[in-house]
Amino acid sequence: MNNVALSVDELREISKKARLHIIEMVYGAKSGHPGGSLSIIDVLTVLYFREMHVDPVNPSDPGRDLFVLSKGHASPALYSILSLKGYFPEDLLTGFRKISSKLEGHVHYGVPGVEASTGSLGQGMGVGVGMALASKLDDKKNWIYVVIGDGEIEEGSIWESFMAGYKYRLNNLIVILDRNMIQLDGFTEDIMPMMEIKNKVESFGWNVLEIDGHNYDEIISAIEKAKKSKEYPTLIIARTVKGKGVSYMENNPKYHGSPPESEDLYLKALKEIREN
Amino acid sequence: MKSESLREAYGDELARLGETDRDVVVLDADLSSSTKTAIFGKRFPDRFFNMGISEQSMVLTAAGLALSGKKVFASTFAVFLSRTYEQIRQSICYNNINVKFVVTHAGITVGEDGATHQIVEDVGIMSGLPNMKVIVPVDSIETRSVINYLYENVRTPSYTRLTREKFPVLNDGDYNFILGKATTMRDGNDVAIIANGAMVSFSLQAAMELKTKGIDARVINMSSVKPIDRDAIIKAARETGHIITAEEHSIYNGLGSRVAEVVTQEYPVYVHRIGMNDTFGKSGSAWELFDYFHMGVSNIVHASESIFREEKKNANIS
Repeated sequence: MNNVALSVDELREISKKARLHIIEMVYGAKSGHPGGSLSIIDVLTVLYFREMHVDPVNPSDPGRDLFVLSKGHASPALYSILSLKGYFPEDLLTGFRKISSKLEGHVHYGVPGVEASTGSLGQGMGVGVGMALASKLDDKKNWIYVVIGDGEIEEGSIWESFMAGYKYRLNNLIVILDRNMIQLDGFTEDIMPMMEIKNKVESFGWNVLEIDGHNYDEIISAIEKAKKSKEYPTLIIARTVKGKGVSYMENNPKYHGSPPESEDLYLKALKEIREN
Repeated sequence: MKSESLREAYGDELARLGETDRDVVVLDADLSSSTKTAIFGKRFPDRFFNMGISEQSMVLTAAGLALSGKKVFASTFAVFLSRTYEQIRQSICYNNINVKFVVTHAGITVGEDGATHQIVEDVGIMSGLPNMKVIVPVDSIETRSVINYLYENVRTPSYTRLTREKFPVLNDGDYNFILGKATTMRDGNDVAIIANGAMVSFSLQAAMELKTKGIDARVINMSSVKPIDRDAIIKAARETGHIITAEEHSIYNGLGSRVAEVVTQEYPVYVHRIGMNDTFGKSGSAWELFDYFHMGVSNIVHASESIFREEKKNANIS
């Protein structure tokens, strides 16, 4: 079940395949959320292909690490990673958002490898808190990973979960914040300023690390550092670029929830990802 | 007739389950001494999580614990759990997991605390959720039986609605709750009063008065609101032809609405609903409030008599 330690080049190749799937999925569905999927895909690649102990052949192994995508609209990122990992065939990704498929528009518990349904923001992190508590009760040595969005932390429930994570000393919980600075209606700091998230979360008693969320070495070393925490949970603020890898999507709020509008833009996106 | 606390019965039963099953875990949101989950909390502090005044966090943490295989009970006052409707919808019911909500201080029987705390919409809110079961126990004995039934037989979401006030003990000690099954508390073929919670004992008192007026009322305890006992409702409609519903809840989306749905589909007869009529509660003693809101024994008697005598137009006038 242990991952062979893949090189950074190998991880980059997996991310590239996943990015292509993301674009194909949202273009095929004529809807979906490419921006936040492209911003978090490098983190998901490191988690599933380097850090997490999970086995697609034995998906309910009680000792497995658990992952919750609290920003469940980035379902194309998770579904593509799960298929690349071998939970289900890659050709099923074309069913995304279609009536004949299990691949619901937002992350769905019925999909192999998915640990919890998500999509309404502010919830997956609390679910991760519960999973981390359960692991402590059972003396498990597994890790609970949660990815949250930076628009998502405007939800009050996220801060309730920060309080609970501190209270119960959940050092088996690693939360990664996709800090891409954009939400549906525009830029996060215009919609609802969060300012220095690091200070805020540190004052809730958490360890906080800040990294470049597209740099594999930084992602790996931050996770390794989080795993050394003796007492408190860790938030990794991953500074990312919304729409990363597709020039016209990068830092453009429009592509939070819109696919490429034309075949030209679709092909351009695929070309740019392939040639990157 | 002796009265006993439903929430104390819950707390005792929970602690008993905790003795034998380490997978039973309990969450509360700073009301454990009132909901009585504190009994469990004192005995099993490592499996009791007081999440503070953070109901969203309580519900979401409950979801995570259940997804990891725990048998989860989560409690607070009914009115405060209702603020987490959407967490319950997405993270509990959509995942269809083993979280048992047992809420207390529901309805107008919180009395003096007033309208802010008297939730009379919760049965409707919860019944609308796919996968959710909704139960309104009538007394301490039924409460114990419900908790054990849910523990033994149900691995999916449920909502059990308890009260602050003690209620008269109506069931015998050997009573066994079955989800989706009503209990006939009194037989009669002139009119059927389908009630739950506090309203069952009022309905039994009303039935005794009706007897003196020559009317034989059947009284049914419909503690299981969802799933509801369709057969008992259809039988009551067929055999009596007159149905009264009585609940400590809004007449919209509660027991009365569910009964009316079954009756209109299966065997249309006149249904008169007694309960809160699209209104908030108010401060006052618990038992005064039933009369204030036209939900007392005399109101049940009057409505039953009126519809039995086919004077339907008078049924609303007390």
